[in-house]
Amino acid sequence: MGIVFALLGAAVAALMAGIGSAIGVGRAGEAAAGVVTEDPGKFGKVLILQLLPGTQGIYGLLIAFMILSNIGIFGNPVEVSVMQGLMYLAAALPMGFVGLYSAIRQSRAAVSGIALVAKRPDQMGKAIIFPAMVETYAILALLVSILAITGIPGIAV
Amino acid sequence: MQNEYTYAVARIRAKEVSLLSKTDIDTLMSCRSLDECIRFLADKGWADCSDGDFKKMLSSEEDKLWSLINELTGDDKVFDVFRYPTDFHNLKASIKSIVTDVKEPQIFFLDRGTTDAKNIYNAIKDKEFDSLPEHLRECAKKAYHTLLQTRDGQLCDIIIDKASLEYIRDVTKNSKCTLLKDYGELTVAAADIKIAVRCLKTGKSHEFIKNALADCDTLNVTLLADAASKTFDDIYNYLAYTDYSDALEYLKKSPSEFERYCDNILMEKIKEQKLNNFTAAPIAAYFLARQNEIKTVRLILSGKQNDIDDNIIRERLRDMYV
Repeated sequence: MGIVFALLGAAVAALMAGIGSAIGVGRAGEAAAGVVTEDPGKFGKVLILQLLPGTQGIYGLLIAFMILSNIGIFGNPVEVSVMQGLMYLAAALPMGFVGLYSAIRQSRAAVSGIALVAKRPDQMGKAIIFPAMVETYAILALLVSILAITGIPGIAV
Repeated sequence: MQNEYTYAVARIRAKEVSLLSKTDIDTLMSCRSLDECIRFLADKGWADCSDGDFKKMLSSEEDKLWSLINELTGDDKVFDVFRYPTDFHNLKASIKSIVTDVKEPQIFFLDRGTTDAKNIYNAIKDKEFDSLPEHLRECAKKAYHTLLQTRDGQLCDIIIDKASLEYIRDVTKNSKCTLLKDYGELTVAAADIKIAVRCLKTGKSHEFIKNALADCDTLNVTLLADAASKTFDDIYNYLAYTDYSDALEYLKKSPSEFERYCDNILMEKIKEQKLNNFTAAPIAAYFLARQNEIKTVRLILSGKQNDIDDNIIRERLRDMYV
């Protein structure tokens, strides 16, 4: 039973962060395509901005991967108690929720950044900084999830 | 729904870079001849105009604008509000040319309405009012019969103009987009004020004025009509208590000052859309800005062509969006 909860945790991390990133990259992509329609020379610049909301999906994948390897789903199955399973699930929540929401919000900042680059190409650096600020919170959530997951196997419950 | 226009707005942002700024307009003003102006505009990416016929250039710029808007908004009816005035104009032209038996009515027609002017003309000619677009039906019937019975072109005009204003007001009032709401209200209110002033100048009766004015939220039409049948001071006194008290100063100077003021207010209102990246409003803002720009360029070019004093042209220049 414990392994089911742990797997659920891995799924939550990959699922929600992935959905957030898909929405975010998609939305920023629309805006990027709009700018490139008018000015193909800006492709490189807007591409970077488009990819910024994509990181949450990678973080989600990382958390899912860590959980999967901790519970031995790839090789020798490890005994996971119900308690431990629930702990894995709990550990995955920060990345899942923050990943979903921060990717969506970051995409709004990225779209605005793309608009900024369209008007003032020389302000590229600043256009990246604004959406990158949102990244902080995704990284904080990632950190909490990683710390939790690495600690769980040592707790005997 | 909010996301629907992300692509379109990003394109508009890239387009906005090529809008003429205030400095560009100043440069254009300082050009010595029409040819120099045209060369300057060609450098800015405006249509080719080597034969000196700038009207063709302006109309091709307008075609470009409309095809961009069509491409970006697709089947969306949001932008039809900018097409309705053309429909009403074509209706007016059709009715008048049919009643007065004009041989070549097409010279009066404008393109870019929601329906082809020919359709309107044929519907009126065959007296098939029901085949007209819905917004034209009622006023078409009324205007046609009025003109037929009274032969008074002005009466026919006010019926159609009023219907046009009222329709724009109704369409924009329920719009979710605040920009269109503002646009509708401002258009109707400015038209009402202009009508009131003109009626007073030409000494129209109270009854006539009341029939000509279209209701709107920011003006009390009854009070305005009362004032317009008395003196200019009555109009000014009434307007001083409305949202348009700032306009008084310009209205007192001249009608063209007032028109310029209205255009500038509209530009001021749409400027906030520069910070909006997701809805249809920036597209509407770009459309209005571009029209304003084409209007201003037309003003300068015709001024240059006819050797009009720079100060007179400058008086009529509008503020720019960028």
